[in-house]
Amino acid sequence: MKFPLFPEQASNFAPETDHLLYFLLAVSVFFTVLIFGAIFYLAIRYRRRSDRELPRVLHTPMVVEVLWTVLPFGLTMIMFGWGASIFFHQSKPPDNALQIYVVGKQWMWKMQHMEGQREINELHVPVGRPIRLTMTSEDVIHSFFVPAFRTKEDVVPGRYSTSWWTPTKTGKYHLFCAEYCGTNHSRMIGWIYVMEPQEYQNWLSGGRAFGSLSENGEKLFQDLACGNCHKADGSGRCPNLVGLFGRNVQLADGRTIRADEGYIRESILQPNAKIVAGYQPLMPTFQGLVTEEGVLQLVEYIKSLGRQPGTPAEVSPNPPAPKQ
Amino acid sequence: MITAAAQEREHYLNASYGIKSWLLTKDHKRIGLLYLFTVTLFFFIGGAFATLIRIELLTPQGGLVSSETYNKLFTMHGVTMVFFFLIPSIPATLGNFFLPMMIGARDLAFPRINLLSWYLLVIGGLFALFAMLAGGVDTGWTFYTPYSTTYSNTWVIATALGIFVAGFSSILTGLNFVVTVHRMRAPGMTWFRMPLFVWSNYATALIQILGTPVLAVTMVLVFCERVFHIGIFDPALGGDPVLFQHLFWFYSHPAVYIMVLPGMGVISELISVFSRKPVFGYSFVAFSSVAIAVLGFLVWGHHLFVSTQSVYAGMVFSFLSYFVAIPSAIKVFNWTATLYKGSISFATPMLYAFGFIGLFTIGGLTGLFVAALGIDVHVTDTYFVIAHFHYIMVGGTIMAYLGGLHYWWPKITGRMYPELWARLSALVIFLGFNLTFFPQFILGYLGMPRRYHVYPDEFQVLHVLSTAGASVLAAGYLIPMVYFVWSLRYGQMAGANPWGATGLEWQTASPPPVHNFDEMPVVTHEAYDYTTVLGEVEVG
Repeated sequence: MKFPLFPEQASNFAPETDHLLYFLLAVSVFFTVLIFGAIFYLAIRYRRRSDRELPRVLHTPMVVEVLWTVLPFGLTMIMFGWGASIFFHQSKPPDNALQIYVVGKQWMWKMQHMEGQREINELHVPVGRPIRLTMTSEDVIHSFFVPAFRTKEDVVPGRYSTSWWTPTKTGKYHLFCAEYCGTNHSRMIGWIYVMEPQEYQNWLSGGRAFGSLSENGEKLFQDLACGNCHKADGSGRCPNLVGLFGRNVQLADGRTIRADEGYIRESILQPNAKIVAGYQPLMPTFQGLVTEEGVLQLVEYIKSLGRQPGTPAEVSPNPPAPKQ
Repeated sequence: MITAAAQEREHYLNASYGIKSWLLTKDHKRIGLLYLFTVTLFFFIGGAFATLIRIELLTPQGGLVSSETYNKLFTMHGVTMVFFFLIPSIPATLGNFFLPMMIGARDLAFPRINLLSWYLLVIGGLFALFAMLAGGVDTGWTFYTPYSTTYSNTWVIATALGIFVAGFSSILTGLNFVVTVHRMRAPGMTWFRMPLFVWSNYATALIQILGTPVLAVTMVLVFCERVFHIGIFDPALGGDPVLFQHLFWFYSHPAVYIMVLPGMGVISELISVFSRKPVFGYSFVAFSSVAIAVLGFLVWGHHLFVSTQSVYAGMVFSFLSYFVAIPSAIKVFNWTATLYKGSISFATPMLYAFGFIGLFTIGGLTGLFVAALGIDVHVTDTYFVIAHFHYIMVGGTIMAYLGGLHYWWPKITGRMYPELWARLSALVIFLGFNLTFFPQFILGYLGMPRRYHVYPDEFQVLHVLSTAGASVLAAGYLIPMVYFVWSLRYGQMAGANPWGATGLEWQTASPPPVHNFDEMPVVTHEAYDYTTVLGEVEVG
């Protein structure tokens, strides 16, 4: 029977997190020994010898109080800064990260690779390459937790969350749902397989894939007749989606927002939440007509429409002069 | 009941008899005992759920109960222990009984409201019990949406209603304490002559009054979404699921301090009496209670580090969480320093106080781990968090509660408990507790998620250790039950002040007369001035 005390380190964040843990352990052991030792020593040294003894009242020296307020505070600020820097690092996925989409539902994990491979409760990734997960849920809140990577992020219905890590060691690692999600919460588990890059390529080409994510998205885009209004040449009743992703969009209410995955998802499911300046709220909701996985494919298709060379950095607030 | 030698003198227990004299009493002491009886009942119900959980977790594949049942067990364990045991435990029993006596008052400011607040706890408890007997509830005690509002098919509304009603009990108790401390102190009982138990209950009362209404509102919103499908939390109805977490923790993090602050007050009393010295840094300890009450309201977001809250919000909440650690550290240092050059007795209550400081230190230090963003990402929602908060709530609050119960038992009943058995059970509880919960820190860091019915094999050894510890702990909790009851009849008679304590509650007979004091006490000394009582200590 295995009896480990520390989990395996299999991502870039594992040593980072563990180093902070060692520091916290050292501080904790120091204070625990100090307090326990002091209590044992003082309790025995000053044990009551006679029922009538009355100890002298000691004046409380201010300097002691200040000292044991300020010193621990200093130590905690180190903990804060150190913990925050890891957290900040975890919130900034590198640009070259491999994109993977995750949909959680009661009680399974559905993963989609860019090339179109789908997996359930398993995820194959290459070692040494940053992996970026974009995640959402079809029902309740779940949480994507890989102990060997020291990463965890909630998977929340109605929004996208992201998580990233670089696997540093090939092998097979636990994936757990960490947010209680109902009856079979403890069975919403799986495995992350970290493979050599070549092996990963073989796995990708060996898998059954029905078109890449963006190809499937394009098909869905045509099936849902999105292109009738969102015309690629900009002549439609709705904004041109070419080059949309990653740009700033000016809204009818005067705000400017960045067109990220969450914005595109919201615009499909709740089109009236944010109206682009110069357009009418014409679009019907596609809530219930397209699954979360379908939405992800559409998002990936719109991303693949890319940036047209030479387009301005802002999506034009007005439709490009509909010629009447 | 209390008989024989105490027969002649009239006191609060023999002044009247019959069920009506208890159910309609306005005496804070009797209401304290009604609470004691009620929360003890809930403690054993919650404990029974915990027992089943621990037995189930002996094996990784879960054979004892189904997943549905397991999920209900941990939910009902949490709901019972948090809302119907820990929150009322020390304030409503020991606080009710002793807060008025410690400031020289004849009763709380609003005796009828005090009785009402007990009835509210009972009514809330009956709703919760009904929900449990009717089939249970499986949302976790945290009721996260949209699971609780849309997906769970269990008795969510009945349970939420129970918590809603019990919340008003807590609010009214808090209100009563605040008014009593402001308006009913005896002549000469200035703010800085008040025992630290009163300070900590005062700080607790502020949280109860300001925080609990938010919980009530949250429960109403859950009700509206679940019953009327008004979109508040479920994104399918246009709501925001994370909003619930903000509202819930805005109450439930301060609620942790509702549970532990009164315990800290008990420990201050015990450390002083059994060292026969004033608490070192009295005013620092007093103000640290108030600081905890205030800062406790500013840290709720540390429960949401991985809930898609913004990165910068996470940083602010982590930063503020470290502020709340400091007043707790100040208390621990001052308690320890009180021992220096004291006259230290190893009576049972003091053993509980030592146990409290040790376990609270570990619970507090591991709080520094979960407040660190980088670590919390890994350990949140794992057994590390379970171990951490059990060290605070069970290792802290329950040790203090038992310590206080032993300390004040002679005053409440007029009888002593058997010292040898009491020391033995204190030791058993301390060892059993550590064996139960220390392995869970390791389990958590290894990645064992909380609320798992089945789990991977490699976690089994630590789960078995934890269950073994829980068996020891359960035995430790049962022993006092037996000897406390035994002592009611056979315990040695206690004098007015068996410990040589300075508090006003010890300057009147045991058990106290109906109106607490035969003469209005006048306070002329600081708290914990042992020169005033040592002449009266009964030797032998």
